[in-house]
Amino acid sequence: MRFGIVVFPGSNCELDCHWVVQNVLGQQADLIWHKENTLKDYDCLILPGGFAHGDYLRTGAIARFSPIMAAIEDHARRGGLVLGICNGFQVLCEAGLLPGALLRNTSLNFICRPVHVRVDSTATPFSAACTQGQVLCVPINHNEGRYYCDAETLAHLRDNDQVIFRYVSPEGKASDAANPNGSLDNIAGVCNEQRNVLGLMPHPERAAEELLGSTNGLLLFESILSYGRAASLTRG
Amino acid sequence: MPEPPVTQEIIAAHQLTHEEYKRASAILGREPTLTELGIFSVMWSEHCSYKSSKVHLQTLPTSGPRVLQGPGENAGVVDLGDGLAAVFKVESHNHPSYIEPYQGAATGVGGIIRDIFTMGARPIALLNSLRFGPLTEARNRYVMSGVVGGISGYGNAVGVPTVGGEVGFAECYSHNPLVNVLCVGIAPIDKLFFARAGGIGNPVIYVGAKTGRDGIHGATMASETFDEKSEERRPTVQVGDPFREKLLIEACLELMRTDALVGIQDMGAAGLTCSSCEMASRGGTGVEIDIRLVPRREEGMTPYEVMLSESQERMLLVARQGAEATVREIFAGYDLDAVVVGRVTGDGVMRVRDGERVVAEIPVKGLVADAPVYQRPAVRPAWQDEVQHLDVDTIPLPRDYGEVLLQLLASPAIACKAMVWERYDHMLFLNTVVGPGADAVVLRLKGTDKGIALATDGNGRYTFLDPFTGGMIAVAEAARNVVASGAEPLAITNCLNFGDPTRPEIMWQFAEAVRGMAAACGALQTPVTGGNVSLYNETMGKAIFPTPIVGMLGVLDHISHTTTPAWKEAGDMVVLLGETREELGGSEYLKVCHGLVQGRPPAMDLDLERRVQRCCLEAIRGGVVRSAHDCSDGGLAVALAEGCISDPENQIGIDVSLPETLRPDALFFGESQSRMILSLREAGLTRLQAIADHHGVVVTPLGRTGGSRLICRGRTVNIDIDLAELDRVWRGSLPASFGQE
Repeated sequence: MRFGIVVFPGSNCELDCHWVVQNVLGQQADLIWHKENTLKDYDCLILPGGFAHGDYLRTGAIARFSPIMAAIEDHARRGGLVLGICNGFQVLCEAGLLPGALLRNTSLNFICRPVHVRVDSTATPFSAACTQGQVLCVPINHNEGRYYCDAETLAHLRDNDQVIFRYVSPEGKASDAANPNGSLDNIAGVCNEQRNVLGLMPHPERAAEELLGSTNGLLLFESILSYGRAASLTRG
Repeated sequence: MPEPPVTQEIIAAHQLTHEEYKRASAILGREPTLTELGIFSVMWSEHCSYKSSKVHLQTLPTSGPRVLQGPGENAGVVDLGDGLAAVFKVESHNHPSYIEPYQGAATGVGGIIRDIFTMGARPIALLNSLRFGPLTEARNRYVMSGVVGGISGYGNAVGVPTVGGEVGFAECYSHNPLVNVLCVGIAPIDKLFFARAGGIGNPVIYVGAKTGRDGIHGATMASETFDEKSEERRPTVQVGDPFREKLLIEACLELMRTDALVGIQDMGAAGLTCSSCEMASRGGTGVEIDIRLVPRREEGMTPYEVMLSESQERMLLVARQGAEATVREIFAGYDLDAVVVGRVTGDGVMRVRDGERVVAEIPVKGLVADAPVYQRPAVRPAWQDEVQHLDVDTIPLPRDYGEVLLQLLASPAIACKAMVWERYDHMLFLNTVVGPGADAVVLRLKGTDKGIALATDGNGRYTFLDPFTGGMIAVAEAARNVVASGAEPLAITNCLNFGDPTRPEIMWQFAEAVRGMAAACGALQTPVTGGNVSLYNETMGKAIFPTPIVGMLGVLDHISHTTTPAWKEAGDMVVLLGETREELGGSEYLKVCHGLVQGRPPAMDLDLERRVQRCCLEAIRGGVVRSAHDCSDGGLAVALAEGCISDPENQIGIDVSLPETLRPDALFFGESQSRMILSLREAGLTRLQAIADHHGVVVTPLGRTGGSRLICRGRTVNIDIDLAELDRVWRGSLPASFGQE
């Protein structure tokens, strides 16, 4: 599969995503500078974590105007996969590719630590390799990770099975104690209606090697690869 | 606009002594202009010139087979093998962090990162060593929150993970916190860059943020003691912009992949002045700068202000003639300024022009090599005997040892610091094999089987009680921490935080501590590759504890040697390497339970230290060891408790029996040096014993892991505490100080 990793000025997880795609999964990956306005034929785009344009304004508020964004929207419209991790999730929300917004953590502090998330839908190209209700241990690393949307949007997300990950206890129970940032309905990750764009606050690339403590995040990448294999079979 | 005349008041305001002013005039052969006075004053400030510390620093060992670059450059460089070099340095930002905690700490992070990528290395990790006053005072909580916030805000956004460090507390840091930040980067050995202005006629190029009036005289501020009016100095603290620094890192590293660059240095303390004349000094050249060409964000700045501004996120570089366009193009890609502001000259003079008008013309040698050097008087203070005197017979034995253990675990110095490091991105770059909270951090080196380990250490209380021993222990303990993680210690960087060097007793502390560090660095074969001296850490005539901070770098031959402090499995044996003596002086126990900062710190036998470390490392490399932990603050009991609870995912109890050969409080809470606690499978014990015998190290079996309680059995000592209780106290203490559950 061909992965494109979008680099905004201030992104900082692009090399990590590149490492996992290339060295752990053995796939091809390009880094794409935000000033580009065309994209090659990628199967999956990753918007990595970081602080695009410094995020001095609302997170992602400037990145959504980067030249590359139109090409990303086009890629998504044509059914291409887009994975937004942390700051990438914030950018996708700001750009309207995903519903909702990410607000400042209720603690008002930056939080970097492993958390538990439950897979609440396996019906996406990003979570198909998981089992329904599976609990994954994946690190978060953010100051603005509190998912928020209005009541109508939330109802819509639930009805359409668009909430893919929720913060839970190690036993899989969603509770306030297990919610690290005050996210509405413990939401850690959502997808769009077409299910080809996913954003999540936890960093799956930080849980992709045993040496670093967890391989739970690999399940997302493996889901993407099986989806890619199936798609190329259909095409072939 | 002509500059105002230089009067006696102006000279005094620049903190130059009468002799120093005369020296400057002699170098010039005339009276200095105001701009020249400003330049002399910052270049000859303690912060930039090391005038009081130099004679002592010269006694430190600085070379060794692995040292590629010792002191004198932006950072030290150590050969890691496999064609890779580690570039590392620690620096202080104490004074700004008291005046404005958030920005003071943030710009400290920014400054040290620039020192690392200047050398051609991608910065891969930060550590910090922090000291605050007691958290019972609101002002200290404010300072600590601000400092941690600044490190978090800047470090996370600039994209360099903060992987470890330590935090300590004592009354003396109430008005003078310590913020020492260490950065490490990795570079290919054949792609290192140096801060040298070479090639006459080559362009001098200014890159990065624009210059403003912020931070003028930051370097002289950092060379003064504080008084009630210190808060009025807030405008000398700069405001950091981590986003711009991130762009600067990427642009500089991209430029370094071309052949355009000749030399490069960041504009830190003393800004454009220091960077230009230090580069010329190292290159044996001169430099000419036209300040009209310097990008500015304020109007009407004088030459004096432009030369002395400490605006952040700026670099000065020397490029090959003809490569100007390449430099401009790369920086434009990141929307950064890159402007030719001058040339390298051959006359050895630093010449500053304001358009056609020359406003400063100073021989570089006069500013740098001929800067004043002082052999300041050093006298052992009269009160030293008094603080070293401790009659242990007057110290009552505890009634409940379990209660003492809980008290120590709750002490902020020992308590779990997760609430601090969870605010730092400590995982970026996917190298963090062992993160904050262990003895040392371990980072893998991608593309090799190796890893590096880093630890910071420095006990101000020990150094106060006995500066020579404190200096030795700072080095020895940092090395021991690195060994406990499975690495071989290679070299150190140090940050020497002391009081006013014009006071003989402070100078004595300094000289003694450096003598101790030199002895330990020699014995442990860990040379000094650079660092920073921070003097004048005093407020209203009261100095901090003399606090030398050591940043130790080690290498793991194979990342599989990585070892952590926590027990791995029930049924393992736990042993003590080294010997416990009846040493209570300077201990956390004396401080916390008896309110005493008294006695001599534990003795340091460097030969024994080396043998214990070698023994531990050989046992780890031989695959015998399952966990290793330095036995230090809070002594044996605290180290055992940490072995039980430090891994929240896998807490395992222990049952220990110890014959009470010493005073039981010294046995359990004393801080005798050169001790480590290992756990291993029972089958490995014979092998460990053989290794220990070979190194002449005593191994004492302590007990066995298992269950969910920490149990210590003795004749008078009887500790029996549930791990959940230990964990609650240890993890809950620091958040509780800040009113959090």
